[in-house]
Order: sequence, then structure tokens, then C-alpha cells
Amino acid sequence: MTPGPGQLNGAEAAADLRQAADLRQAGEGRQKGDGPQAGEPLLAVKGLTIDLPGGAVQPGLVEDVTFDVHKGRAVALIGESGCGKSLTSMAILGLLPAAVRVTAGSVMFDGVDLLTCSKRQLRRVRGGPVGMVFQEPMSSLNPTMTVGDQIAEVRRLHLGERRSVALKQARELLERVGIPKAEKRLRSYPHEMSGGMQQRVMIAAAIACEPKLLIADEPTTALDVTIQAEILELLRDLRRDLDLAVLLVTHDLGVVADFCDDVVVMYAGHIAERTPVDGLFYEPKHPYSSALLSAVPQSGRARTNLTVISGRVPSAGQFPTGCRFEPRCEHSVDSFCRRPQADTALADDHRTRCGRVAAGELTLKGAVRG
Amino acid sequence: MSPRMIIRRLGGSLLVLWLVSILTFLLVQLIPGDPAEVIAGENATVAEVARIRTELGLDKPVLEQYFNWFTGVLHGDLGHSLSTNRSVVSTIAEAAPATLVITTMAILVAIVIGVTAGVAAGLTQGSWVDRAVSTLATLGIAMPSFWLAMVLVSLFALTNPWLPATGYVDIREGFGVWLSHVILPATALGLATAAELARHTRGCVADVLTRPYVRTARARGASGAWLVRRHILRNSAIPVVTVLGLQAGRLFGGVIVVEAVFGISGLGSLAINSVLQRNYPMIQGYVLLSAVIVVLINLIVDLAYGWINPKVRAA
Repeated sequence: MTPGPGQLNGAEAAADLRQAADLRQAGEGRQKGDGPQAGEPLLAVKGLTIDLPGGAVQPGLVEDVTFDVHKGRAVALIGESGCGKSLTSMAILGLLPAAVRVTAGSVMFDGVDLLTCSKRQLRRVRGGPVGMVFQEPMSSLNPTMTVGDQIAEVRRLHLGERRSVALKQARELLERVGIPKAEKRLRSYPHEMSGGMQQRVMIAAAIACEPKLLIADEPTTALDVTIQAEILELLRDLRRDLDLAVLLVTHDLGVVADFCDDVVVMYAGHIAERTPVDGLFYEPKHPYSSALLSAVPQSGRARTNLTVISGRVPSAGQFPTGCRFEPRCEHSVDSFCRRPQADTALADDHRTRCGRVAAGELTLKGAVRG
Repeated sequence: MSPRMIIRRLGGSLLVLWLVSILTFLLVQLIPGDPAEVIAGENATVAEVARIRTELGLDKPVLEQYFNWFTGVLHGDLGHSLSTNRSVVSTIAEAAPATLVITTMAILVAIVIGVTAGVAAGLTQGSWVDRAVSTLATLGIAMPSFWLAMVLVSLFALTNPWLPATGYVDIREGFGVWLSHVILPATALGLATAAELARHTRGCVADVLTRPYVRTARARGASGAWLVRRHILRNSAIPVVTVLGLQAGRLFGGVIVVEAVFGISGLGSLAINSVLQRNYPMIQGYVLLSAVIVVLINLIVDLAYGWINPKVRAA
């Protein structure tokens, strides 16, 4: 299911890229958030560091991750498997597995630091103003509860509704996410539904209390391509209707081009580059971003070799001390790149962790060519 | 669970019972030499041997013998005890209540103690509660029930004379009296099963806690009792019910020892005496009853699966 290192989602992604570029040139906003971000962000992640507690020399699984999600905007968190994107998204709602800990940073949501607030406050946020959708709908739904009860649960927990009332709302939510015969489906169990339907149920539960932010951790990765498109379409509708901000964890560049306003590129626990979507595709400012773009197969050019990024993401504990991408980078200069790289702002909304790009020594090619 | 499935399970159970009836019948046929002589014993007269032969129908062809015996079983006639000449069915019916009550209570003790301790340990992995439960469970599994029974008697009946040390009284003599006679044997019998259940429950709860749907429930704001009751318990229950089903059969066999310690004349002592006296009709009755009980327990376990897990209902 998961594409191997360097082989991001296939041909349809390339087609998406081109289409997205066309749309941009035609000046059509694709229901994205309006204009540049203004005011306080809805979600502000600052200096987030996640460690495996234990040895003194444990390096961060995720280190110094900083980004904002503004009201109504969609932010993509991308990178290969094992780069820390899922950990980052889990850490926001305090859902990390027991073995890992957040050791530094803050996650401000609506003026509250979710990392230090009381458990009670955190519970109120989970499923309330922040909804979450996970990768595998089958295993993420409780097999012994009807889908109606699982959706109704959110309203019972947060609004204190009685079961019968909450089930009525669940019915409307099922209709809202496009499930036919909602009345009957309320009483279905997850295993009686297809993967796409299950993911719709997950989404219905996530939006049951009209959240301001939806965190979606690879919501389409486990689904068929045609179903992926339907789920994305649904998310797009919900964004428009509910003015929903979305943090989308994905490794599908096509989805990013199609759906998101801003991109955070993660590599080996660091943020490599942070930029509006256009910036990533036209002028990537980190060799890793550029490599990801060139790894997307180009449709219409049959029988060419797939471009891959050689090597693989180092596992935690084996991160290089300098630039973490240096061993795989085709632009690396030993003496310089083996020193730690600072996160540098190139423009208001465009930051990179590549010192060579920041110093103007290196210009990278984007994905959308002539 | 659909009616069709229930019927299918019932059919399977009946088939098993029928096969057991054949084996039970063959019990007498498989006695080496002349069964009648063996059953009558070494000092029997020729007349006695002949009487036993006619009594058991051993002078007829095997198939006819089986047919006659099986027809009897279906009508609730299992023949007569060779030692007392009373009907097997009424002898068993007299001894059965004490045994069944103690076994059932032992299962209840096991469920209440085992599941509670297991859930507590599973939810607090690594804590002192968890370690205490694991240690006690290992101890509970290692201790033989007769020893446990003697310890309980010495503690709660002799040192502190709170409960009677021996005997069984019918519930019609009063609930309190009845309960006081049942508690100690049921606990002695059930604790090992409680320990086994506690270990399995702990493992299942620990496993369910790592499942994505528990994370999903947390992401919806569920926690504490809500999370445990709706998301963890039911999903942990299937393996626990399986173990309980296996253990229930074992308890029914293990009750013999506990009956001996507490001086209760139940099915256990009846079975042992019948074996020692080569009282074959009684043994046949006991084996058949055991088979019915084990098959019933399995049926209940199967039905419970369907109730717990909607996927089984559809299968």
C-alpha cells in the first residue's frame, strides 16, 4: 500500500500536478483559504520535540517542529514513511503511543497549550473543536459497536445528548458524508461496510461536533484510487461548508497540489521546508523537496526510468549530526553540509533548513516544467 | 445470531452427544472376558452372574443391546445401580445438586475475581497492582485445589469458626445456611480458574489498549469508565470466554477432590465409588451427564461469541 522510499504516488499524482498548475495559471482558487494568513493562527505548533525516553543520548524522533494552521486553511505535512509526520499529528491531541514522549515545545490551540493543559481540558478538545481521522478505517473503528453508536458517542460525550437524540444526529451526519440509507446504516457494524464507507463514517464522527480543525492522518492511503478521490471530494465540501481548517498528513504530492494551501516537508524528524503550496511546486528550497518532486512519475513519458531518491530515511538514533538529508543529497558539499543546519526564513512564508539554498549557492528545480 | 446458526450449533451438539452415548455403551462391551463375570466380582455365584447378564441384556446381540439401552436413555431410564439396586437416574439426581451448585458458584467466583483483577492489571500495566495480580495469579495456578481447600477450612472454619467446615445443605433450608456451606468449596475450586482468567484478561486488555480503535475513541474524547466499558471490555471478552469454556469442563472434573475435602456426597464421590465397585450402569450415567454438561457449556460459549462479536453473528 505505502509507496516505497522515493516513489511517491504514481501517475495520477503527476496528472494532478499538471492540472493544479493549469488551474493556478487560470487564476482559479480551488476553494482554498482566502489570501495570506492574518491574525492569530488556530493551531500553532512551536519547537515540538518528541523523544524515546531512556538513554541520555537519545536523539529526537521529531525535533524542533514549528508550523501554524490558520482558520479555514489546509496544511499538508509530507515526507516519506518514518519522517515523523504521524507522530507530529498524534502529539497535537496527546495520542502518542506510551513509549514516546513530548520533551519540548508547545501546541497552542485557540489560546490553550494542549501539551500542558489538564486532562479534562484535553478531552474537551478531542472530538470537540478538533476532529481526527486515521489511516486505516477498518482497524480504527470499534468492531463490536454499530457505526451509529460510534458517531453518536461523540455527541453524547461532548454535548451530553441522550442516546436516542445523538443517534438522530448521527443519521444526519451519515447523510452529510454521503452514505445512502443512513437509517439502516446506523445499525451496521464496521465489517459490513466497504473501506470507503468506513472512512466516511470516521469522518462523520470527526465532524460530529462541528470542529474548527480536522487532523487527517493519511486518510486516503489505505483506499482504492477512485475511492481516494471521493473521500478528498467529501473533505473539500466539508471544508467549504464548515469553514474547517485541515492538517493533512500525506505522502501523496497530488493530494497536496489538489487540496492544500501550505506545505510542511518533514525529513527524519526535522522540518526541511515550510512554504505555501505554489512555492513547493515552482521553487522548492530544499534538495529533499526537489527530490520528492522529481520522484513523481511523469505521465505521458512512457518507458522512462523512475527517478528515485537513493538510500532510505535513517532511523532514529542514526541521524547524521549535520544536515539529516546530507547522505542522500545530490547537492551535498561535505565540509558545509556535515555541520548542523539552521532553519532559515527566505521570505515571510517560506523557510528552509538547507544552508546552501539559504546562502544562495544552490537553485533547485521545481516539478512543473514549461 | 441467526436462528439458522443456533439450529446448526444445536445439531452439532446432539451429534456429539449421540457419539458419546455409543462410547458409553461400549464401556461395558470392552470389558475383557465375560463382562457379566467381571462385573459380578470374584466371589459371585453362577446365579448372580446369570442375573447380571440378564439385567444388562448381555446375552443379546450387540446392536440389539445398544438399541435397547439407547431407547432406555431417551426415556430417562439408565438401568439400576448394581450395589443398591436403586435407579441410576434418581441416585444421580440426588447427588447432582451439590456438585452443580458448587461448580456454578466456583465459575462465578472465578469470573468476578479473575476478570476484575485482570482488567485492573491490564489497565495499569507495570504498576504495583499489575505486579501483584501477576504474582498472585501464578501462585493461584500453582496451588492444588485440595491444599487450597484445607487452608481455607483451617482459616475460616477452624481458626475462625465463621463458616461450616464440611457438608452441604439444600437451599430450601435457608439461603444464609446454604451460602455458608457453599462459599468455601466454591472458592477453593474457583481460585485456580480465577488466576487463569486474570492472566488471560490482563493480556487481552493490554492487547486491546494498543488497537487503533481505542486511539480513535480517545481522539473522540472518550476516557475512563466510558472507554473501558464501551471499547475495551467487549473487545477483550472473546479469548476470556474461550478460556472460561475450557475451564468450566475442568472444574466439573476437579470438583471431585473438593467434595472429598469438604465431606460432600456429590457426583464426585458417587463417581469414585462406582468405579471402585465396578458399578457400570452408574459409571455410564455419570459419563453421560458429564458429556451433556460439557456440550451445554460449549453451546453457551458459542452463543456468547455471537453476542459479543457481531462478525461471528454473520459468519
